[in-house]
Amino acid sequence: MSLLEILTYPDPRLKTISAPVTEFDAKLQAFLIDLENTMRAGPGGVGIAAPQVGCFQRIVLLDVSSKPKIKHHGNLVLINPEITQWEGFEIGREGCMSVPDYTGNVIRAQYLHLMAQDQHGVQHEYDMEGFEARAIQHELDHLDGLLFIDRLVSRRHDLFRRKVYV
Amino acid sequence: MSQWYMLTLVGKDQLGIVAKVTTALYKSGCNLGEASMLRLGGNFSIMLMVSYDNDKKQLYVLLEDVVRELNLHLHIDAIEGHLHQHRDPEVRITVHGADRAGIVAQVTSVLTEAGLNILDLESDVGGNTDNPFYIMHIEGIATQGIALLSHALQQLLAMQHPDLKVQLEPIETLVM
Repeated sequence: MSLLEILTYPDPRLKTISAPVTEFDAKLQAFLIDLENTMRAGPGGVGIAAPQVGCFQRIVLLDVSSKPKIKHHGNLVLINPEITQWEGFEIGREGCMSVPDYTGNVIRAQYLHLMAQDQHGVQHEYDMEGFEARAIQHELDHLDGLLFIDRLVSRRHDLFRRKVYV
Repeated sequence: MSQWYMLTLVGKDQLGIVAKVTTALYKSGCNLGEASMLRLGGNFSIMLMVSYDNDKKQLYVLLEDVVRELNLHLHIDAIEGHLHQHRDPEVRITVHGADRAGIVAQVTSVLTEAGLNILDLESDVGGNTDNPFYIMHIEGIATQGIALLSHALQQLLAMQHPDLKVQLEPIETLVM
């Protein structure tokens, strides 16, 4: 198994807009294996986008199943993903393997409908919410050359409440 | 060999404090690290990590003019400083209620006992002179778990501060 090198900010290549995948060939399948190994080797590692390893194609892997008690679709290969509907918004803390030693608050849609192809080019549709919806929005940003630090809201004066425990 | 210093600057708020202070530092070869700067009660306060390859006395000298011009109080400490030492907060606590003495002392004391390591605290007094309210946001690490913090706060509220509004929420950082 080989691990791919993660590009880290301020590497200008992270601003690249990735191109759609057109060939679902053996080369893609081999790349997906390396990409997944790289995602799982990282801290947290619930998602990765191909441009994070210098491959500027619209490929995202997602697996938020390690988070307890949330709705999710398990391990996902999302190729040429597109959000077709979204609803609600929520503030949450994000970190990124391409932005080490920094986390910040970002507003994301709470629910969304996603269309994406799998590793064989078959089209699928997903209704996502919460962490999984947040993760795909973060990864889609990578495909468009954006990082979560481009979308930060203040850590102070946080007006958006989440779950309340007391 | 450069050394990290912690600069504390305080003075009546006015236009240009940050630009003038940091320009003086930059022109003398200093490099800035992490900082916290904000207006508190009409004063502007700066806590600033500065890397400099000379001694503390020289640092005072290079800021002499700007400190005099802006009428700032300056204090400098040589510190054991390092960048890239961030810790991710695990919990966020918001407290608000009618302002009175002792809220911070009592809330943070029970939280400390329950294992909270505070990473960030900001508080403010809002309302007006007749009806001031106090509001505080704390982010920290729950060294003994979040349940214990929640329990400690509930007890404090029940026993001493039934009117205080306290919210505790985990901060779940999603790393991608």
